[in-house]
Amino acid sequence: MTSTGNYIAAIDQGTTSSRCIIFGADGRIVAVDQQEHRQIFPQPGYVEHDAAEIWTRVQSVVRGALDKAGLTKDDIRAIGITNQRETTVLWDKNTGEPVHNALVWQDTRTEALCRELGRNVGQDRFRRETGLPLASYFAGPKIRWLLDNVEGLRERAEAGDILFGTMDTWVIWNLTGGVNGGKHVTDVTNASRTMLMNLKTLAWDEDIAESMGVPMAVLPEIRSSAEVYGEAVGDLAGVPVASALGDQQAALFGQTCFDEGEAKSTYGTGTFLLLNTGEKIVNSYHGLLTTVGYRIGDQAPVYALEGSIAVTGSLVQWLRDQLGIISTAAEIETLANTVEDNGGAYFVPAFSGLFAPYWRSDARGVIAGLTRYVTKGHLARAVLEATAWQTREVVDAMQKDSGVELTALKVDGGMTSNNLLMQNIADVLDVPVERPYVAETTALGAAYAAGLAVGFWNDLDTLRANWHRAAEWTPRMDEATREREYKKWLKAVERTMDWVEEEETD
Amino acid sequence: MPGPIQSLSRAAAILRLLAGGERRLGLSEVATALDLAKGTAHGILRTLQQEGFVEQDPESGKYQLGAELLRLGQSYLDVHELRARALVWADDLARAAGETVYLGVLHQQGVLIVHHVFRPDDTRQVLEVGSMQPLHSTALGKVLVAYDPVARGELGDGPYESYTLRTLTEAGDVDAECALIRERGWTDSVEETWEGVASIGALIQDRRRNPVGAVCISGPVERVCEDGFVKPSLVASVRSAARAISRDLGAGRF
Repeated sequence: MTSTGNYIAAIDQGTTSSRCIIFGADGRIVAVDQQEHRQIFPQPGYVEHDAAEIWTRVQSVVRGALDKAGLTKDDIRAIGITNQRETTVLWDKNTGEPVHNALVWQDTRTEALCRELGRNVGQDRFRRETGLPLASYFAGPKIRWLLDNVEGLRERAEAGDILFGTMDTWVIWNLTGGVNGGKHVTDVTNASRTMLMNLKTLAWDEDIAESMGVPMAVLPEIRSSAEVYGEAVGDLAGVPVASALGDQQAALFGQTCFDEGEAKSTYGTGTFLLLNTGEKIVNSYHGLLTTVGYRIGDQAPVYALEGSIAVTGSLVQWLRDQLGIISTAAEIETLANTVEDNGGAYFVPAFSGLFAPYWRSDARGVIAGLTRYVTKGHLARAVLEATAWQTREVVDAMQKDSGVELTALKVDGGMTSNNLLMQNIADVLDVPVERPYVAETTALGAAYAAGLAVGFWNDLDTLRANWHRAAEWTPRMDEATREREYKKWLKAVERTMDWVEEEETD
Repeated sequence: MPGPIQSLSRAAAILRLLAGGERRLGLSEVATALDLAKGTAHGILRTLQQEGFVEQDPESGKYQLGAELLRLGQSYLDVHELRARALVWADDLARAAGETVYLGVLHQQGVLIVHHVFRPDDTRQVLEVGSMQPLHSTALGKVLVAYDPVARGELGDGPYESYTLRTLTEAGDVDAECALIRERGWTDSVEETWEGVASIGALIQDRRRNPVGAVCISGPVERVCEDGFVKPSLVASVRSAARAISRDLGAGRF
């Protein structure tokens, strides 16, 4: 059947919730529905999701968004998928039942395994092929852990009864029929986070899969980010499922960073900066990741450099939930505004180690520079500044690796409603910070890719014309202050390292 | 002036009693502590329970303070929370109207701009969050004065500062306009503060229908007005954004 609908539905399967957002042709949001799912913490360092629950939530938000918009499936031209990356689920292809809770990207149980896999080479054993260091976030070692630790799983996997997927794959498989002919596919961006895909060939690397102990039979087919994978069944029966992008790549796409040198930063629980490097695979010598940005149909793939910051929004949540000094996340700004500066305090939230550009899993958080003078207002400032300085470190690393000088930073994500933070970022980067109209750039990116795949939108220029600046923060900090504060921040970062002893992490 | 209402005083005494200790109290304990007849104490407790100020444990039958009291204590809406909730709708309004959007709240004797969305034409614009606007001459200000008695109080009796020939400077004129605003649910301000600028504003309410702020679009008279009046389509957009934000803050559909 040919869909004639005037809308695109995007499913955003995120770390804390699943959402369905319906977009019109001008990129405006028509309806949103959202449901959270359980975060399962069986022991320190372990983070799991129930994939079956996630699929229930996804179905429910699709219905919810259609209801809120007053639309039916006939109005939907295509469905796009974007998802939390790296979170790994294995399921039985005959029953559709997950064999274990999904291991979430933040889960650190594979740390020791990653060290072991590094053998005498270390973290960078597979970096040349995959663009990634051996770290616990990525999917490949998580598959291996499941195969090693779930009774009888390896035999079932080798017999071809077990399928692996990141959340895109899980959602698409279920959406297109599940046990009744569901499509077992993933896209290049999600595949580039498994540590099993070769960046140049965009195919599974059999040698790495073998070194990692992952049978090829569990792996999905790698497809582009924008093409029709299949047709949905159920509530959206007949609607083409036409895009998949990891959440950060989707945000890059939604921000219309289509040109080499364009960058976006998404401020959520964690923060992710991606810089479009065009058709070039830029190797990082400063702790960044090399990843696929997107690939439209059979066009050449576009690559990106990525720098991630583990703890940004979640630091604000920590202040709210663990310390209880604010009652909503937005109140951090109110509290920070009660003082003029950080009062000499610096907060490095290396809760589970430092991400880019350090990649130090032995680091743990510190609050440095405490004196009797410091109040909770100063700490609130330090919390916001931590996000700004970590952004600065990643931007510096990107400039060193790519040689591209950043002229502006496009931002999105929940924390962009924090005015003080956005000003702070402009101040420490010394470039303007721009927020586009649709803060939901992740879902928008998935919608854009799906719309391109089915001809709902003609080309990238049409999409670019939908981007408008809704706010801009210009730098107001003088150079001397910036340099002085940066030095202090770097001193505080040094104090986080070498905290966890080797045997503790095992 | 009449004396205190006895049952209200007793209700207050019961609330204080329940707030005093951590343990839950049974009906006879409450009655004994306050020297009330059991029937009287029960009647008051039941009323308080209906209002949500008191909860009764279904198993033991004992009473404790209710969730509604907590909610009363947290009635203040953080302006940053307001901005976070309004973000999507304010963006959408700016795009639909093609004009600048502001969100404002009452602050001292004026309107504090807590959120500002640029006009969607990608021209150079400066973020005005944190700036103040007058109460009597702007769309945001007049909406707040019309619906929020505190804002009306802050405005005082005038005469108010005149910015243009069209500024209302007399309290009587402002009050008459406020009556009209309450009747139709929105306001405009055409060249009352700045020559050549017209705005349309509407009220944002929280879940108890308290006025918590206002949202407006603002643009050149030539675009916002037609035949001497603000365009009805723009009024509709502003009102629907105000309703959407209020809904996100928990207000019922209206």
